[in-house]
Amino acid sequence: MPVLNIREALNQALREEMIRDEKVFLLGEDIGLYDGSFKVTRGLYKEFGERRVLDTPIAEEIIVGTAIGAAMAGLRPVAEMMTVNFILVAIDQVVNAAAHIHYMFGGGVKVPLVIRAPGGGGHQLGAQHSHSHENWFAHVPGLKVVAPGTPADAKGMLKAAIRDDNPVMFIENEGTYGVKGDVPEGEHLVPLDRNEIKREGDDLTICAYSRMLVVAMDAARDLEADGISAEVVDMRALRPLDMGPALESVRKTGRVITVEEGWRSFGVGAEIASRIYEEAFDDLDAPVARLGSAEVPTPYNKRLEKITFPGKADVVVTARALLGRN
Amino acid sequence: MAEKPLAADGLSPQQLLDLYRKMVIIRRADQEALNLQRQGELGLWGQFLGQEATQVGATVAMESTDWIVPSYREFGMAMCRGIDPGEMLGYFRGLTHGPWDPRRYRFLPFTISVATQVPHAVGFAMGCRLEGSREVVLCVFGDGATSEGDWHEAMNFAGVFQAPVVFLCQNNQWAISVPLRRQTAGSIAERAQGYGFAGVRIDGNDVLAVFSAVRSAADRARRGEGPSLIEAVTYRMGAHTSADDPTRYRLDSDLAPWSSRDPIETYAAWLRSQALLDEGQADSIDAEAEGMAEAMRGKLRRLPLPSPAASLFDRVYHDPPASFLKEREEFEATLEPVE
Repeated sequence: MPVLNIREALNQALREEMIRDEKVFLLGEDIGLYDGSFKVTRGLYKEFGERRVLDTPIAEEIIVGTAIGAAMAGLRPVAEMMTVNFILVAIDQVVNAAAHIHYMFGGGVKVPLVIRAPGGGGHQLGAQHSHSHENWFAHVPGLKVVAPGTPADAKGMLKAAIRDDNPVMFIENEGTYGVKGDVPEGEHLVPLDRNEIKREGDDLTICAYSRMLVVAMDAARDLEADGISAEVVDMRALRPLDMGPALESVRKTGRVITVEEGWRSFGVGAEIASRIYEEAFDDLDAPVARLGSAEVPTPYNKRLEKITFPGKADVVVTARALLGRN
Repeated sequence: MAEKPLAADGLSPQQLLDLYRKMVIIRRADQEALNLQRQGELGLWGQFLGQEATQVGATVAMESTDWIVPSYREFGMAMCRGIDPGEMLGYFRGLTHGPWDPRRYRFLPFTISVATQVPHAVGFAMGCRLEGSREVVLCVFGDGATSEGDWHEAMNFAGVFQAPVVFLCQNNQWAISVPLRRQTAGSIAERAQGYGFAGVRIDGNDVLAVFSAVRSAADRARRGEGPSLIEAVTYRMGAHTSADDPTRYRLDSDLAPWSSRDPIETYAAWLRSQALLDEGQADSIDAEAEGMAEAMRGKLRRLPLPSPAASLFDRVYHDPPASFLKEREEFEATLEPVE
């Protein structure tokens, strides 16, 4: 199986879907001639032309709004937000329009729209360019929200998102574009509502997604060397949130850590923990431990930024503490 | 309007009379809906009294294959597209989310959030063009909407991409309680120049002027000559909605000059002067409007009540995911009476 990084896997997904369906088109800032700020759309402008790869003015609200309109007209737009931070000026279109139009008009129109938005920090880009906002969107009925953390999932979920008849927030992470892995060729679809155990273990469960999945897998390897068997559950499907694999894992291990890159307050980990308390309280041997960013705006200073986000060492220390090994 | 306006050229006497007929009928529907709201039959009603010429003239000017993207005050336009007014009132009564098929009538859902629909119209038009069709989109909004960021972004986008859209501003001079002078310091129509396309300010109470301006703009868009902005100056004779009391911010004397420019009365006077409308025809149109109002009221009262769980959960997703169906089941269980 070919090895690709996430950037290449996403590019392959876009290209394959554009070939497969003429109704698929891309729009966003600098995605054409420039190949995209993170080069995810590399070569697509050259191959498909300006009719299907639209370089737009710098105006996120209308990028999303136009995509909604085109989706209602029967097309399958894929809008790129240069980063997820910039979608905040378009949140009215995402929440009040994209998420609710189908419902508010009794199904009379549908909005088959994908919004790709890379988030996350770690690149010394300052507080306004380092957010993780997936929980904002995962809060909203009508949206689907996914955040894959492997190249195979990136490809399979993007292809599935493009074919989905609902608006899908496709959360990427700038820190994962170079992550490599096996990617099936051609028709490879990953359901948008299925989470998955990515590594099996017996002693504790680590629930993570996107870049934190990579961190969790690294931590699990370190823990293994330490005699601790960690199971890693990929929470890539955030809305609808598939709790199946996580609950199954918790019933086996009795101990859980959630890891997210954003702030913990009102976050993804809080939701996962609540669902575990509701559904598997008696299986728990310890309270759920949540890891996330320090509750501060992301600092610009490189060393300060690094300690702001959870890393492998934080997961390892937390795991050992949960198991009384410190 | 003593002289036959240029705009009337190309319209047959029958078509000219039909503009009048449509205005009378939608005004009667507006009045009936307001009454129904006052009687507790509707949750909310947004009158369009005084704006009949803009709504009729613009709708009739578009081809039947063109699309209309409305705000929330275009009930009259929807009626001109042939959508059943009684069914539509089910929406305002809270009985249905989908009172018409947008694809059948080429009339998109009402948009409640101000100016949200303007970007959609641009995207819709660009989508139609991408599919190779010749369809044009008529996007309707009020003067208040032109203050929103969406509106600016949509105008700019439409100019850059030469989207086949006719932007129609129903400048009724009020955004709830805020008058136009507190909304906009300059001209709405002239802004189009900054976006690279034509803008025109017309008398929105003159149905023929509206017809003519919208028809030319649609023709230009169809020829690939890009968007246009039409500012139709009219007046909101009623309240913002039934939840509003305009006497708190507006004087009777503000209304007086506009009462004398009533779009239906002025047009009727012109039709009579041209011998295009006689008393018998006027009476027959009034009777038709009365019949429509009665049918609308009857239809509304016969609309079925929706089932709670279905209307709550259906259509949140196009194809409900399993976990969502589980939530629905759990919710339905809570609806069952406790033993």
